[in-house]
Amino acid sequence: MAKTYDAGVKEYRETYWRPDYTPKDTDILACFKITPQDGVPREEVAAAVAAESSTGTWTTVWTDLLTDLDYYKGVAYAMEDVPGDDTCFYAFIAYPIDLFEEGSVVNVMTSLVGNVFGFKALRALRLEDIRFPIAYVMTCNGPPQGITLERDILNKYGRPMLGCTIKPKLGLSAKNYGRACYEGLRGGLDFTKDDENVNSQPFMRWRARFDFVMEAILKAEAETGERKGHYLNVTAPTADEMMRRAEYAKEIGAPIIMHDYLTGGWSANTQLAQWCQENGMLLHIHRAMHAVMDRNPHHGIHFRVLTKILRLSGGDHLHSGTVVGKLEGDREATLGWIDIMRDSYVKEDRSRGIFFDQDWGAMPGLFPVASGGIHVWHMPALVNIFGDDSVLQFGGGTLGHPWGNAAGAAANRVAVEACVEARNMGRELEKEGKDILTAAAKHSPELNAAMETWKEIKFEFDTVDKLDVSHK
Amino acid sequence: MQDYESSLSDASSRKFETFSYLPPMTPEQTRQQIEYIVSKGWNPGIEHTEPENANGHYWYMWKLPMFGETDVDAILKEVEACHAAHPDNHVRLLGFDNFAQSAGASMVIYRGKTV
Repeated sequence: MAKTYDAGVKEYRETYWRPDYTPKDTDILACFKITPQDGVPREEVAAAVAAESSTGTWTTVWTDLLTDLDYYKGVAYAMEDVPGDDTCFYAFIAYPIDLFEEGSVVNVMTSLVGNVFGFKALRALRLEDIRFPIAYVMTCNGPPQGITLERDILNKYGRPMLGCTIKPKLGLSAKNYGRACYEGLRGGLDFTKDDENVNSQPFMRWRARFDFVMEAILKAEAETGERKGHYLNVTAPTADEMMRRAEYAKEIGAPIIMHDYLTGGWSANTQLAQWCQENGMLLHIHRAMHAVMDRNPHHGIHFRVLTKILRLSGGDHLHSGTVVGKLEGDREATLGWIDIMRDSYVKEDRSRGIFFDQDWGAMPGLFPVASGGIHVWHMPALVNIFGDDSVLQFGGGTLGHPWGNAAGAAANRVAVEACVEARNMGRELEKEGKDILTAAAKHSPELNAAMETWKEIKFEFDTVDKLDVSHK
Repeated sequence: MQDYESSLSDASSRKFETFSYLPPMTPEQTRQQIEYIVSKGWNPGIEHTEPENANGHYWYMWKLPMFGETDVDAILKEVEACHAAHPDNHVRLLGFDNFAQSAGASMVIYRGKTV
């Protein structure tokens, strides 16, 4: 029986609230935390979010009847209370896979976090999680090389890798910058890193930086007999310019480059990741701007969603927070999104803030990067929290060593190896950390000096965005 | 302040990845690392190389990986046998994780004279 056209404004819930709906295996599922305006019923606002993030508009239009709107619409199929917070609730929305272009996180996010976030019936809206069906995952490129291949390329097994962001972040000349890299790498680091805001400023143009840093890598490799890399930041004003810098990095033999996937944009990131895959280049991903979107517990996009977006768009490393350093990050929530980076199947686990089972199929995992405000005293906890498949990055914690970068690097390398050795022997790192480091420092004056320098530093601010289970 | 001693001309600057920044392992420490590999369900394997050829991905395999071997003494004996046959070479022990298709552990047990 054909429908008739009935102009006017309809309640969203008549069309988009379907508590009887059973999600299909191919549906894209989303969990939103909705804070409605006073007096707006939950069903109506959940249905409005489903409508505004899929097929709906504010009024009925005659062209609705030219298609099978019931097939294409997103539907709100469940609601739940938020533990400890009465101002908001969780709404679960299912979208048919046909709504999204294959291999385009840009398209998915344009729908899911598009106009709907400014919708008037909402006081605030947060995208908590997305379930990407395996059918959609397989249309995306994913990490260019992935964890297993990166380890093989770099010949590094059975321990976390070590990095260091070069400081001061701005103002060094290319030659002095390369010096700082060389000292860190010869001291035992696996990687050094461009800071995110190092692009191609007047004091250090990108090409000069690439040339000097490459000499630093090659000399440190010859000196130590180990493989080394520096994340050459190719983030640029235009995607064409980004690709030009990536091509030059390849030409000079650099093993790894870097991109800021949020400020640079997801189209550029996906393009770069595909190029990296075709050209055997590793890709380090920084996340500048993430806290703008993920820090407010009531509004924005949770970092676990931004993590999924990156794994689909492509990157071999992604900053994850440290749990123990100077930047925000709740321990259980962080464990949740590092699982999302690395594992091939992630089960729903509300204690880690994970709302859906997520099957990654054959898509490789990527390394979480712990960076920011950490030093040797954090090493036992970091090895315990992050395990071997991670990059631990000490900026100030390398460069701030009283004897310089090489000594700072050696101190970190001895510390990480001592922690891994002890863990393998069955010792409890977070309990026995001090004994393990003290014993290792007997053979390493560099570690000993580092332990004296940073003894008392702690960061103990409360986390602003806690998991909802721990509210109240 | 102390100088960081490392140079192209000083062969002792050459390292060989995991645990090479720690002092060489004692037999008891080696045994504990083997126990770790066994406890993980990984397949132990032994590789060796002349120090001057240590840079490549492929070292010489000592026999085949010891698939399913869980006897720590038997594994230790093979490491020693490899060292006895190639006393000047680096000898490394690996734990092959066939699910990850990667080495879960890799460590040089006997250090040859670096070049």
